This record gives sequence, structure tokens and C-alpha cells, in this order.
Amino acid sequence: MSILKINNVTMQFGGVTAVNNLNIEVQEGKIEALIGPNGAGKTTAFNVITGVYSPTKGNVYYKDENITGITPDKITKKGIARTFQNIRLFKNLTVFDNILIANHLRINSNFVSSTLRMPWSNKEERLMREKSEMLLDKLDLLRLKNEIAHSLPYGEQRKLEIARALATDADLLLLDEPAAGMNPSETMELSSFIHNIRDEFKLTIFMIEHHMDLVMEISEKIYVLDFGQLIAEGTANEVKNDQRVIEAYLGVEEDA
Amino acid sequence: MMDKLNDKKSKLFLNLLLIAVFAAILILLDTKTIGDAYVRRILNLSAIYAIVSVSMNLVNGFTGLFSLGQAGFMAIGAYTVAIFTVPLEARAKIFYIIPQNPVLAQIELPFVIALILGGLLAALVAVLIGMPVLRLKSDYLAIATLGFSEIIRIVFTNIKSITNGALGIKNIPIMPTMWVFFGVAIISIGLMWLLINSSYGRAFKAIREDEVAAEAMGINLFKHKVMSFSIGAFFAGIGGGLLATLFATVDPNQFYFPVTYNFLLIIVLGGMGSISGTIIASFVVTIGLEILRFFDEPLALFGVNIPLFRPGLRMVVFSILLMVLVLFFRNGLLGQKELSWKLVFDWLSGKKPIKKTDEGGAA
Repeated sequence: MSILKINNVTMQFGGVTAVNNLNIEVQEGKIEALIGPNGAGKTTAFNVITGVYSPTKGNVYYKDENITGITPDKITKKGIARTFQNIRLFKNLTVFDNILIANHLRINSNFVSSTLRMPWSNKEERLMREKSEMLLDKLDLLRLKNEIAHSLPYGEQRKLEIARALATDADLLLLDEPAAGMNPSETMELSSFIHNIRDEFKLTIFMIEHHMDLVMEISEKIYVLDFGQLIAEGTANEVKNDQRVIEAYLGVEEDA
Repeated sequence: MMDKLNDKKSKLFLNLLLIAVFAAILILLDTKTIGDAYVRRILNLSAIYAIVSVSMNLVNGFTGLFSLGQAGFMAIGAYTVAIFTVPLEARAKIFYIIPQNPVLAQIELPFVIALILGGLLAALVAVLIGMPVLRLKSDYLAIATLGFSEIIRIVFTNIKSITNGALGIKNIPIMPTMWVFFGVAIISIGLMWLLINSSYGRAFKAIREDEVAAEAMGINLFKHKVMSFSIGAFFAGIGGGLLATLFATVDPNQFYFPVTYNFLLIIVLGGMGSISGTIIASFVVTIGLEILRFFDEPLALFGVNIPLFRPGLRMVVFSILLMVLVLFFRNGLLGQKELSWKLVFDWLSGKKPIKKTDEGGAA
């Protein structure tokens, strides 16, 4: 069953077509990847899914519900969470605060009862804290609970950003280049981390990635984008042997 | 040293001691045992400035919205208190050129109710102003809010049947005790502290840190910005109401936009994002501005008149201080930290706080 359906989506900026007639169906419970050379429109596609941009044409469906043109915060409430290409943590806040903030979207207390520390708000806050601690514990980040986010090593910051996305109770996780800037050993660690969270939290993961090793290893389906156009889709092997993909992308990558 | 600091009991003792000393000083001042009317007035003013500055810090320092409309919201609170608390029999004398609006002329409210009403009206106006204006960012927002504050002042100058125009409103009943000012300050700042340390406060900080990420984490930016902006306006209105009763008179020029710069100086000095820093800075700046008054008076050294010392020099010095502050002490007294005994002891023992690494160092 498809959890996310991108239906004939076109995104134009002035005269530039960043994404052209894109069709993608992400299957529930899978790890799928979107690859393509720089400027292919991958992040634009992500921004259309998460509501940062409203597409020029076409629709996006999440769990069969049309979410086209809805604001990012509402889309996150529906269960799609994302990370960013250049890490966007709440840098000057603690690891714990970063996670707690991601819980705020499900809050029931209004600001008056929260401020006045009414019993039901206190209970909600306590549950929020317990839930966040459990999440940090599961992801082996609890030891960093009180650290300031920007003081963490790079790899941990990436991990925290994923943890923060998970804290929104997402079912679909969009990772924008999770391995960017990582060394090979960190990348391998990330690969098993992504696998683990998918199984543990019963997630669907859709990611943009440049590290071919990582993509080929963990993705069950790969979409290849070039100049805003989908040029291939399939398993790692299918994509690897596709003549258009080799021309557009992989050939160049292997030379490097 | 460390074991002493970690001892919860000794911290509690120090806190209680501090509260006791504070209360004792206030009682002595209030019963006129120490100090004079001038000192009491300056301290009351400091308490008011503390409320308004913390409210401004809530918006600027904690939510990251560069808003300069504080003077306008204060004006709303001040005029509400002025209009509704002046005794009915005194009104005709005050509104002697253009009579007061016949409906308003019959309403007199107790001070507390007028004060809260003033806050609520300021918040209401903030919601109305905020809806279009909070879509703007940084400097654009600052300009728009500054403009709003001027509009309020000009409107108040011109709706003479309500505000008595440029003549202002006199004979506002004054409060007999400092506890009114300090009590309201403690309650207001306490409420803002509770808000900032709630889930909503964390959401505000998230918006300050990174709007895009905050929105991606499901925080409704617009709703939370309007919330912070109008709560800030509410407490600025409360501060304005207190100002009206402290001075016993209001007129539009009290709320000329440079007033907001005082609060800006205070929150920058105290630390954008620090409540305790803001409170300390409110007292330092308010008292400091009084001390700086000698710059405005003619000064003769050895019989020679120093030509520089004339009315207005105080503001020159004030501006220079602001520039020095921004150039060399951008984090202010406390930055985003709050005052704690550990911080005090570390400072007293000359121990440097652990320095934060510079931004982006990890990349």
C-alpha cells in the first residue's frame, strides 16, 4: 500500500521548471530513495511534499488524503516529519529541549493552563518528558540530554535531528541527505541506524542521498531525478544498470 | 566549594535570605523609614520598567521577533487606567475644552480592574496589528511596529473626547504603597517566567532559533507569534497602567517612540533571552538614567563653564553607551542564561564560566 503518492507534480519558479510531471508512490514500511545530480530538483520535491512550496500543478496524497497546499506545520501534524540538508537544529537549546519542542504539536493544554500549571497541564508535561526521555534512551542519546545542541559532534547532530523528527510521532520520515558530510564509518553507522529506527518505530523512510553506497545498500526502491524529470525507478540493481542513469549520474560518480 | 554549591538546603537558605532582605528593604522604604519620595519614585519606575522590559524580551529575546511597539501598548494601558480611574467629579475640570464622551464620563472603575482592562485592550490591539504585521520579518517588523506605536500616539492626541488630546489627563489617583508596583511586577514577571518555561515558551524559543525547523516540527508559526506578541502587549499595557498611576498624569508625549529604546537598551544590557538579566538591567538603567542627569545640567570646573554640559547631553551619553554595549557586549549581562547562585559564586571566585564554542564550529 502506498503511504505517499506524488501525482503529476510540476513545480515552476518563474520560467524555471524545477520538477516536471513527477510521479512517485512510496510504499508503506519501505526505505526508498530519491537520487539525482545536483540541481535535479530533489529538495524541491521534498519541499513540495512538506508544504514549503505549493506545486504549480499536480497533487500530493498522504494516506490517500490530498495534502497539496497545506502548510508545513499541518503536514507534520498529519504524520510526515523531515530533516534538512544543512542541519537545522535549535542550536542554542539543549538536546532535551529539541526533543520536547517536537512534542509541542500534540499538546492539548492551552497557553493559559500551561502557564498556570494546572494539574492536567502538569500531567501532560510530565508525560511529554517521559516520552522524550524514552525516545532519547532508545536512540542512545540520553547521555547527551543536557548538552547544547550545537556543541554535539556532527554525527550526533544528524542523529538528533532524526530523533527530533521521530518525536513528532511521524509515520513517514523524509531525510534530506542524512549522510552529507559524514565519513565512511559514520555513514555505515547511519545505515544501520536508519534500518533500526524503521523497524523499531514502524516507519516509512523516503530519503535524498548522494552517498551511493548508502543508497544502494539500504533502499528498497530508488527514484532517479534529472533536470526535474524522473528518468528511472526500481531496485538498486535495476537503477544501476539503467543506461539513462549511467549517462546522467552514476557514470560521472564512478569516475570521481 | 562544589559540595556547598550542590547543597540544596544552602541554596534554599540563600534564596530565603534574599527574599527576606528584599522584603525588609521594601518595607522600610514603604513605611518611609528610609529613603525619600524621589528614591521611592525611581524604584517604582524601575519595577514598571522591569515589567515592560521582560514583556519586550518575551517577544524579542525569546520569540525572536524584532518588535519596537512597546510604547504604543503602554500608551493603551496608561490611557485606560487614566480614563476609567479619574473620579467622576474631577472629569469636567480635566476635559474643559472638549467634554468627555458622555458614555465614558459615567464610568469609573476600580484601579485593578482598569489595569487589567488596559492590558486586555493592549493585547486585543496587538492581535489586530499582529495579524498583518507578524507576516513580516526582522527589520521590516521593527519598522512596522515602530510605525504602529506612533500611530497610537497620534490617534490619542486627536481623539480629544476620549483622551483629552495633547492636554493629557490629570488627577489620576495615585497608589499609596510601593507594594502595588512591586506586587504587580512580581506577579507579571512570575507569569511570564511560567509561560516561558512551559511547552509554549519552548515553542517560542524554537521559533527564535529557526523558523523553518520550528514549522517543520509542527509549530504553527503565525499562531505562536501572535500569541507571544499579544501576551507581550498585555504586560506592556499593565506597565503603562502602572505608569499612569505613578505619574498621576498621562499625555501623548510620554509615549513618544524613543521610550521604546530604553527598553531595548535594558534587554540588550540584561541579555536577550534572560529574565533575571532583564530585571537587573531595568534597575541599573532606570537608576543610571537618573544619575546621568548631571550631564544635562550646566557644569563649571574651576570657574570655567564646560559648554558640553547642557540639556540633551544625557541622551548623547545614553546613545554612546548603547553603541558600546552593542559593539563589545552583545550578549549583555547574562546572555540567554538565568541568574543562579552557582553563577554568582563562580563570578565571585573569579572562575570563568565554560565558554561556548562558536557557532558552526562543528561543521
